[in-house]
Amino acid sequence: MTKLTRQQLHDLYYYLRLNRRVDEQLVSLYRQGKVVGGVYSGLGQEAISVGSAYALEPQDFISPVIRNAGAMIIRGFRPRDLFLQYMGRRDGPTGGRDANTHFGDLARGVVAPISMLGETVSVAAGIALAAKIKKEKRVAVAYVGDGATSTGPFHEGMNLAAVQKLPLLIVGENNGWAYSTPVEKQMAVGSMAERAKAYGIRAVTVDGNDVLAVYQATRAATGRMRKGGGPEMVECLTMRMKGHAEHDDARYVPPKVFEKWRKRDPILLFEKYLAAKKLMTAQQKSAIEERIEREIREDVAFAEASPFPDGANARGGVYSKN
Amino acid sequence: MTYLDAIRQGIWEEMERDPSVFLLGEDIGAYGGAFKVTAGLLEKFGETRVIDTPISESAIVGAAVGAALAGLRPVAEMQFMDFIACGFDQIVNMAAKIHYRWGPAVPIVIRGPSGAGVHGGPFHSQSNEMWFVHTPGLKVVMPATAYDAKGLIKASIRDDNPVMFFEHKFLYRRIKEEVPEDDYIVPLGKAAVRREGLDIAVITYGAMVWTALEAAAELEKEGLSLEVVDLRTLLPYDEDAVLASVRKCSKVILLHEDTRTGGMAGELAALIAEEAFEDLDGPIVRVTAPDTPVPFSPPMEEYFLPNAQKVVLAARRLAAY
Repeated sequence: MTKLTRQQLHDLYYYLRLNRRVDEQLVSLYRQGKVVGGVYSGLGQEAISVGSAYALEPQDFISPVIRNAGAMIIRGFRPRDLFLQYMGRRDGPTGGRDANTHFGDLARGVVAPISMLGETVSVAAGIALAAKIKKEKRVAVAYVGDGATSTGPFHEGMNLAAVQKLPLLIVGENNGWAYSTPVEKQMAVGSMAERAKAYGIRAVTVDGNDVLAVYQATRAATGRMRKGGGPEMVECLTMRMKGHAEHDDARYVPPKVFEKWRKRDPILLFEKYLAAKKLMTAQQKSAIEERIEREIREDVAFAEASPFPDGANARGGVYSKN
Repeated sequence: MTYLDAIRQGIWEEMERDPSVFLLGEDIGAYGGAFKVTAGLLEKFGETRVIDTPISESAIVGAAVGAALAGLRPVAEMQFMDFIACGFDQIVNMAAKIHYRWGPAVPIVIRGPSGAGVHGGPFHSQSNEMWFVHTPGLKVVMPATAYDAKGLIKASIRDDNPVMFFEHKFLYRRIKEEVPEDDYIVPLGKAAVRREGLDIAVITYGAMVWTALEAAAELEKEGLSLEVVDLRTLLPYDEDAVLASVRKCSKVILLHEDTRTGGMAGELAALIAEEAFEDLDGPIVRVTAPDTPVPFSPPMEEYFLPNAQKVVLAARRLAAY
């Protein structure tokens, strides 16, 4: 167990709340008709993005998927980057070339997601392979949902990482649903961890709504990897508290499932923990809230002020020079 | 030196020159690859730089992309280019679009044997280069000579973009020529005129370069002069060289081993029609394989493949137009 300082706990709280606010703001922009395309919410899953990414070191890499805005923010992106991306604006990280969380930055150790799920597992494995070849103490983290574990590329990537004993951590987000397909129609084995074990990959299952549990499991796994251990999976049990995207009302989810998980909201749980242990004063909490509101306000203003890109920007940049 | 040895020498030199170059693929280490292109490289460079992988084309390409993002220059072997379909998504959706979407260079080479003529049947004989020519962000290379095989593989390894390197398995041990020991490259995107001619330009690439030269030698006896242009790189291809030969000869045959519909010839025909319509003295003629899978049995494969005789017949008809 890694002991967290009070400041680190406050950081975690800040990131959880910021992640939630970014999502809420995106929904608001969507309803105002300012978002181009859909909004893919990480509502209810913030503890996974935040707890895992916060446990990493600066030299590490993450390969997020669409609901991991929280992890991307911890790696140094700002809410404005998400707003700009979702609105297709010129000053976004991809300048309008791609949407939503589909952006990355090697300097921040973030590989941009693509829409074909499972593909990033072997890309992250390749980053881990480079670390092994160059003898660098770097781990690569690939985020995957339960649905992605049914793809061929997921299995190929897992197997390669296992055979080559690569420092690859799979953060599995088992949120119960892949679009409208429940997990029991996704896999017969019942858990993502079971799938990992079939490749000889060590796997644990944790409460994905407990940010500290996710943090500690990530910290333990990556610690073993830095000492030469092979790939591992941390399966995080959670619930996608919305539809696949804003257009999807998720009526296929029984209401009592939402009710059950709403009581287990990750921010609520963490607030209870901090209050019970007296780790955060009311003043500190409201200072964090105010900071977040200010940042969201500034970043929305910045993003809304950014123009759409010139259409001709579609050209160019297809090839790297040299 | 054979075409195959030239590829190996090119890879060898690049691995010696640049420690970030490494290889991954199926059976490429101790076994030296199904065609022995990588023979001896494991012994020379060790298993951290010559990596045998599981039978997982998607993971091979994906891991190559990841390693490239982390600063290495992977060269991934497909045991047969036919098998690339299993890793297709990683190439066309991952590798090809990264630079455009978010900026990083993806210096990977995906190489392997393609093409027919060795009775490999439908899954070991395809000319599937056009799957990738239609994907912006990739480069597609296909050498015809041993000199080019070495120079182009070296240029491909040094290129900062994903390069699809199609070797022709029929040429592996059939083409032998003097290849300089020196460090040289053949730049990507530049065609070569293999034979100067006046009457008909034959634009082609890969093994068909030799077919075109054979036809040209035969037609010379009849007083018909063919110019043979070897594209060498299909994406981006050398438009200037194509148009120059068309303008010079005013008649053109587009020749490839690939099937007809959607083949490179269609793209070249469109370019010529747009840019050199006034220079033409006859119809643009295609000589290609028919639109079928590559058949297995020798008489059927022979029927399927373009050959010198088919080029000769097409050239005579075109000359008489």
